[in-house]
Amino acid sequence: MSFRLSYRADPGNPWFSWQYVRDNSDTILAAVREHASLTGRAVLIAVLIALPLSVLAYWFRPLAGPILAVSGVVYTIPSLALFAFIAPYLGTGSTTVLVGLVLYALLLIVRNVVAGLNQVPPEVGEAAEGMGYGRWGRLFRIDLPLALPGIVTGVRLATVSTVALVTVGVLVGHGGLGQLIFAGFQNNLYKAEIMTAALLCVALAVVLDLLLVLVARLVTPWSTRRAR
Amino acid sequence: MTVATNPIGQAVVWINDPLNWTNPGGMLDRLGEHLTISALAVALGCLVAWPLGLWLGHLGRGGGLVVLVSNATLAIPTLALLTILPVVFASGFGRTPVVVALAVFAVPPLLANAYTGVRQVDPEALDAARGMGLSGGQLLRRVELPLAVPYLAAGFRTAAVQVIATAALASFVNGGGLGQIIRTGFGIGIAAGGGQIVAGGVLVAGLALLAEVVLGGVERLVTPRPLRRGRQRAGRPRPADATGSA
Repeated sequence: MSFRLSYRADPGNPWFSWQYVRDNSDTILAAVREHASLTGRAVLIAVLIALPLSVLAYWFRPLAGPILAVSGVVYTIPSLALFAFIAPYLGTGSTTVLVGLVLYALLLIVRNVVAGLNQVPPEVGEAAEGMGYGRWGRLFRIDLPLALPGIVTGVRLATVSTVALVTVGVLVGHGGLGQLIFAGFQNNLYKAEIMTAALLCVALAVVLDLLLVLVARLVTPWSTRRAR
Repeated sequence: MTVATNPIGQAVVWINDPLNWTNPGGMLDRLGEHLTISALAVALGCLVAWPLGLWLGHLGRGGGLVVLVSNATLAIPTLALLTILPVVFASGFGRTPVVVALAVFAVPPLLANAYTGVRQVDPEALDAARGMGLSGGQLLRRVELPLAVPYLAAGFRTAAVQVIATAALASFVNGGGLGQIIRTGFGIGIAAGGGQIVAGGVLVAGLALLAEVVLGGVERLVTPRPLRRGRQRAGRPRPADATGSA
């Protein structure tokens, strides 16, 4: 099956080629697997670091300003520059890519979790204290559950943008589907390879996003109940 | 002369070599390319996004569309778009496709902020203006547009910083720019090019941060004093903010 976008398109180099997908299914699957695993690991590590950091910013208000300011500054640094800073120390490998991805995901998650925690109504917090909850009890039983929508939003944003960002990792050796995009570009503009990888990237982002929505539904049953 | 062995020392040496500045393809050339590409892309983005955003905001419709556009571009890999457009244009790897690709990433923050800017205008002010006999077009030009300027400036800042950051990736498709310095460094290997890699990173990051600071000042200047504190707390509108980083 081939679909030509313009009349000038070279018939021998179509945008969509089932033939290409069939012939290279091993390579494509390996790239998708690497892409998904890099994304998954990056977001997981980012969540594990971001949650304690956000709680610190929430408990100690003076820390909130600096934490958010630093994350804003780091977020401004272009991905290519970030990889350039890390690569000479960690070499070209998946570790370098992972460190860069974790940093970006971390910032998105921290911002949203802090916002989520801060919008817990103070009356609710006082009521919880009145009921005898300590600092930790209140955090786990009241604050975090109420901030879950914010946390989920942050993780979803981080996941989708990480999927897109993994492709840049091709510069430092591990780009998942970015590897295919770049190879297609160098390989005399192999359109099918570029297009297939790009579409798979977007599809992966959509699938992961939907998965997270599903998980969010499962862990916050009250939100759907209230909506009904 | 002792040759520095750590990447940062090498980077300092590399930056201090005057040849690396003035050579063809040196830092000054790359900086010029980078700024030209970015400026063209942001201008193109403004040309498309501002009229559309203001008009949609004026009509009060299309909020869903704005959010959809913002979210969709978040998922599209920059590298894919930068690669696909040169192929579509088929006119070689000149500047045009790179500029268009970058403009695509400038549109969401510009659009979202233009839309929000018009939507946040006090409905009572609009009623008063309508009562004075202003037509729809006059309302948009004389009331809504001036009141939306702080939002337009916020969108411009986000878009410009993001385009400057993304333009570093133009080096992948031979589009030039400061990213080229980093890529050349990787090309000659980390052992030999480590200094150049770090130096390129410093330049790209420095330019992005500089743009952020300068445009932040501009944003502050065009925001009327009474609005400043409130805007600070509210932050820049979320959808525009979220599409950062490339």
